[in-house]
Amino acid sequence: MVEIKTAEELNKKYLREGMWPTIFCNGCGIGVVLEYTFWALEELGWDMDKVVFASGIGCSSRLPGYINADGLHTTHGRALAFATGIKAANNDLNVIVFTGDGDCAGIGGNHFIHAARRNIDMTVIMVNNFIYGMTGGQLAPTAPLGSIATTAPYGNIEHPFDICELAKALGANYVARWCVTHPYQPIKSVKEGLQKRGFSLLEFLAPCPTAFGRRNKLGDIKKHWAWYDNNTILIEDYEKIMKYGTEEEKDEVKQKFQIGVFQDIQKPGFFEEYEKLVNRLKEKEAKAKGGK
Amino acid sequence: MKYKRDPKRIREVLGKKVQFILGDMACVYGGLLAGCSFFGGYPITPASEVAEGMARLLPRVGGTYIQMEDEIGSIAAVIGAAWSGGKSMTGTSGPGFSLMMENYGFAVMTETPCVIVNVQRTGPSTGQPTLGAQGDMMQARWGTHGDFEAIALAPSTVQECMDFTIEAFNLAEKYRNPVCVMTDGEIGHLRERIVIPDEKDLKLIDRVTATIDKNKYIPFTNSQTRKSKVPDFPTFGTGYHTYVTGLTHNEKGFPATDKQPDHERLVKRITTKITDDHDKLVMVERINLDDADIVFVTYGATARPAESAMEMGRKNGIKIGLLRLKLVWPFPDKLITKLAKNVDKIIVPEMNLGQIVHPVREYAEGHCEVVSAPKIGGEMHLPMELYKYLEGK
Repeated sequence: MVEIKTAEELNKKYLREGMWPTIFCNGCGIGVVLEYTFWALEELGWDMDKVVFASGIGCSSRLPGYINADGLHTTHGRALAFATGIKAANNDLNVIVFTGDGDCAGIGGNHFIHAARRNIDMTVIMVNNFIYGMTGGQLAPTAPLGSIATTAPYGNIEHPFDICELAKALGANYVARWCVTHPYQPIKSVKEGLQKRGFSLLEFLAPCPTAFGRRNKLGDIKKHWAWYDNNTILIEDYEKIMKYGTEEEKDEVKQKFQIGVFQDIQKPGFFEEYEKLVNRLKEKEAKAKGGK
Repeated sequence: MKYKRDPKRIREVLGKKVQFILGDMACVYGGLLAGCSFFGGYPITPASEVAEGMARLLPRVGGTYIQMEDEIGSIAAVIGAAWSGGKSMTGTSGPGFSLMMENYGFAVMTETPCVIVNVQRTGPSTGQPTLGAQGDMMQARWGTHGDFEAIALAPSTVQECMDFTIEAFNLAEKYRNPVCVMTDGEIGHLRERIVIPDEKDLKLIDRVTATIDKNKYIPFTNSQTRKSKVPDFPTFGTGYHTYVTGLTHNEKGFPATDKQPDHERLVKRITTKITDDHDKLVMVERINLDDADIVFVTYGATARPAESAMEMGRKNGIKIGLLRLKLVWPFPDKLITKLAKNVDKIIVPEMNLGQIVHPVREYAEGHCEVVSAPKIGGEMHLPMELYKYLEGK
């Protein structure tokens, strides 16, 4: 295997020819998430014939089209249910879902809940840009309080959805949130998520300068990236401040997005349990036959 | 898990060759015989027994059963399983069928073979959950948005629930299209004698999978290896790196959302791949048609009281025949026109306010009188009620 050193070499290997240009706007963070995923896959050295990508509807759900692998671009919100079937009929496949905040936490919320609860063996990479980008900037379930969207022209009054906290509560094996602004931890984390059996979720905070940024004084991409740096805090630092910090410091960090690994456990995945069930039935029947 | 159809094992699990079972269960038997390896379902009356039967038997033949979170998820998982090589099905009833409509269209657009058993109950909405109806016949044909061709079978007996589920898999695999088995609460909850076909009598069709050079392979066009509008299937995991999307796509599978010729070419191919075989796809039962002046055109459970009414009519010297549609969609249009030319009247009894009577009228127009004989509310027509139509009410 040729060692890949540059992004150009990486893209040549993993991108699907004939799909360019992409639909993504200048400054969009989705391509960065794809790049991190490629690096993680490269480090793992996985056979791309055995990796299947599934997605729903929205900008980030277009990603499987750009990857030189099998891809199922499904209906809005339903990618995880489709992915469940893909894995069910061939457990040898590694299933990766690309989804957005609207696709996953909005219309697809129920599928997300149950895929995580069942601990279905798949890696879900949710790109969270706080907005419905493809349809032109409508309010997302993850939109920060007060943010502006075309369907929240006077500011969002709904409380945003914390999808990582939800996944954690459901007992997902691996849950992490990162920003596209830092490359190294996310690549390592995607790698961990991919290797994990059972359900893993990686949430990426990613800029959408066109639909979110422009309306929220973050149209300038440099400003948008700086916003992430100023509004995120590592889980470890958050916990320290909550333990030892002043009330002022505590109030400040409570407003921020925690980033890092929220959960890393090893419960058996759904298909591992299913195989056990099938074997248990076989043994039971063999015993019954032998006893006759 | 990777499933491999094991005929001996399937028969071991199914048990005796002759059994007395529920219509819903017969759909399960049909699925297992056809080699169904994945079932995704959600409880709903009167179709829950399909899921229950699958939950009990599918793991024993090495297949996978998952109770999904809803019917949207059920059909989604069924489609996903088809793409990684499974033969897959789901079972539902009216409200669940309504929920499935978007992904039903996705299966059409992506040419995914799969089977949907719809044990119809009365509607609209929650209706009468435990009671049978035939209110979803038009939904199977037109329920998802856009242009498409439906394939739907309508069993009249428990035996046919099994046989038609096998046939549904064959049609799905052959045409790479979702296929509906439109049974109903009456047949689904009826117990009858069935005879399980021997392996040598089973005719099973498997989709043609892609085998040609990966660099030459084109996923969404006429088959490159046979004379067929149905492309060879690039099972996920076999190295074809196919992009499958519900968006209008070109022959390579890439989005072509702003290109009229691509859309027209795609949708015409995925509809004509079925309509081209129209004449081959006729599945009907003809009774007493040779000398008939009046004919019942019917399907599903309703064919049973219609047959009794026909017998009453014959006893009383009325020249009445019966044409039972086993395959309702595609609609046997030429056959209806031919029939209409030879008779005075066609009566269409249905457990709805008149659905299949519409295409019957369309194709009988100008040739004979067409009368709708509807009954709703979860009760089947009594033979006497239908007999009255023969006497001119």
